[in-house]
Amino acid sequence: MHLRSSLGRRQFLRNASLAGAAALLGNRAFGADTVTLPFANGERPLATFPQKRPLILQTSRPPQLETPFSVFNEGILTPNDAFFVRYHLANIPTSIDPEKFRLEVKGRVKTPLTLSLEALRHDFENVEVVAVNQCSGNSRGFFVPRVGGGQSGNGAMGNAKWRGVRLKDVLEKAGLQADAKQVTCNGLDGPVLPQTPDFVKALDIDHALDGDVMLAFEMNGAPLPMLNGFPLRLVVPGYYGTYWVKHLNELTVIPDVLANFWMATGYRIPNTPGACIEPGTTTKNTVPINRFNVRSFITSHADGAQVTTKQVAHIRGIAFDGGSGIREVLFSGDGGKSWQSAELGDDLGRFSFREWKLAYTPPQAGAAEWKCRAINRVGQSQPMEALWNPAGYMRNVVETVKVTIA
Amino acid sequence: MKTRPALLLSTLAVLVTTALAGEVTIQLPTETATLRPGKGVELAQANCFTCHSVDYIKTQPPMPRKFWEGEVKKMREKYGAPTPEEAAPTLVDYLTSTYGIPNTKKP
Repeated sequence: MHLRSSLGRRQFLRNASLAGAAALLGNRAFGADTVTLPFANGERPLATFPQKRPLILQTSRPPQLETPFSVFNEGILTPNDAFFVRYHLANIPTSIDPEKFRLEVKGRVKTPLTLSLEALRHDFENVEVVAVNQCSGNSRGFFVPRVGGGQSGNGAMGNAKWRGVRLKDVLEKAGLQADAKQVTCNGLDGPVLPQTPDFVKALDIDHALDGDVMLAFEMNGAPLPMLNGFPLRLVVPGYYGTYWVKHLNELTVIPDVLANFWMATGYRIPNTPGACIEPGTTTKNTVPINRFNVRSFITSHADGAQVTTKQVAHIRGIAFDGGSGIREVLFSGDGGKSWQSAELGDDLGRFSFREWKLAYTPPQAGAAEWKCRAINRVGQSQPMEALWNPAGYMRNVVETVKVTIA
Repeated sequence: MKTRPALLLSTLAVLVTTALAGEVTIQLPTETATLRPGKGVELAQANCFTCHSVDYIKTQPPMPRKFWEGEVKKMREKYGAPTPEEAAPTLVDYLTSTYGIPNTKKP
């Protein structure tokens, strides 16, 4: 396997010293390899952070690490050491004693609680869910026209088996007061300057009580990596990662709607079908970002892959949505002119990546565009042309892999 | 073949400690990216670095002056960056000429 395919789709490994790219990286002391995400100014170093394999370094303080796309072809669960990392504020915890850690449950509750991890594990039913976490701005770098913010490729997502307790059970133990409207969720990470708004998110009370939202202490059978929220994080299946508060130590039930920067200004999407507006324009009519739309990817072949005409190519990929579950994945070997249904892999639950595969025999030589398109159980699918919004959220266009058939 | 380019990052101190008591401690890699030189670099040094690393700036796409104006305004007004208002235009000039699309005119 040559370097290009080992690193994966739409990225290629480049030796900085050979390519003379060190100057472009600007004073990086270490002779790191880099990847080039396929958009302007897309070169990124690979960096190794604690408990992580080499990941695409978007920013170092606070850490934002993207998963190299090839990882998604290794298995349907994303390994903990490859799972993406996204913080907002740089005052992040680097040392936590799980025996001393406490979760506070307070506000409009009948009995405020202070819970140790031990109490959470033993006093509440332990549950598991396989669920995708995806950054709101996953794939932002592909927006045209470009927009500011973290310039991710497609690797700001991951799928893990989460184990923990239901938020519902914890809130019911505390007992909600009659005027409870939202639950605010705060973690140990905070701002550097006191005047910077702390990262606090809110869930509507009905959502918090739906039985799906979880306080997770394990990920793929192991404690959460520190950078993924050790020792406890919110898991909000089907919803964008912004709600999945890390190092979760404070739940506050409030009688109104949280209107801080992170709910009222940031993480808003146009209140339109598809959350899109005319490219390059703005809108004041917005709502908080919420559920994932439908996405699918080819993981077995990357741009530039070579396959042989009239020989079977084993094509594989993943699909997911906001919790309805994937009903069908279609594949096109001719740029979208004709489509055929792929075989779906094991069903790990409606919030998980769903594997799909197809044995496809390219009929003729030449350049080809391979596409995939998923449809969920309520009939939602993916647009053929990319939709646009000012913050660069929720990209879900039908993806294309350009291959050469020889 | 699995490439393990991380081996090249061996200069980074990466530690995860799990003491007997269960305390988990990590040590983050040393931050090495620095600002490109240019008129006004000292303003960026003094006003941006406090809260985030340089790659927050250098990974942005090529954008016009209006974009960098918006960023500086957001940092001052939403994130509480202690940048004096009178310093903002010089900082915007630096960001535009160094990381943005140069020669985009002031409004």
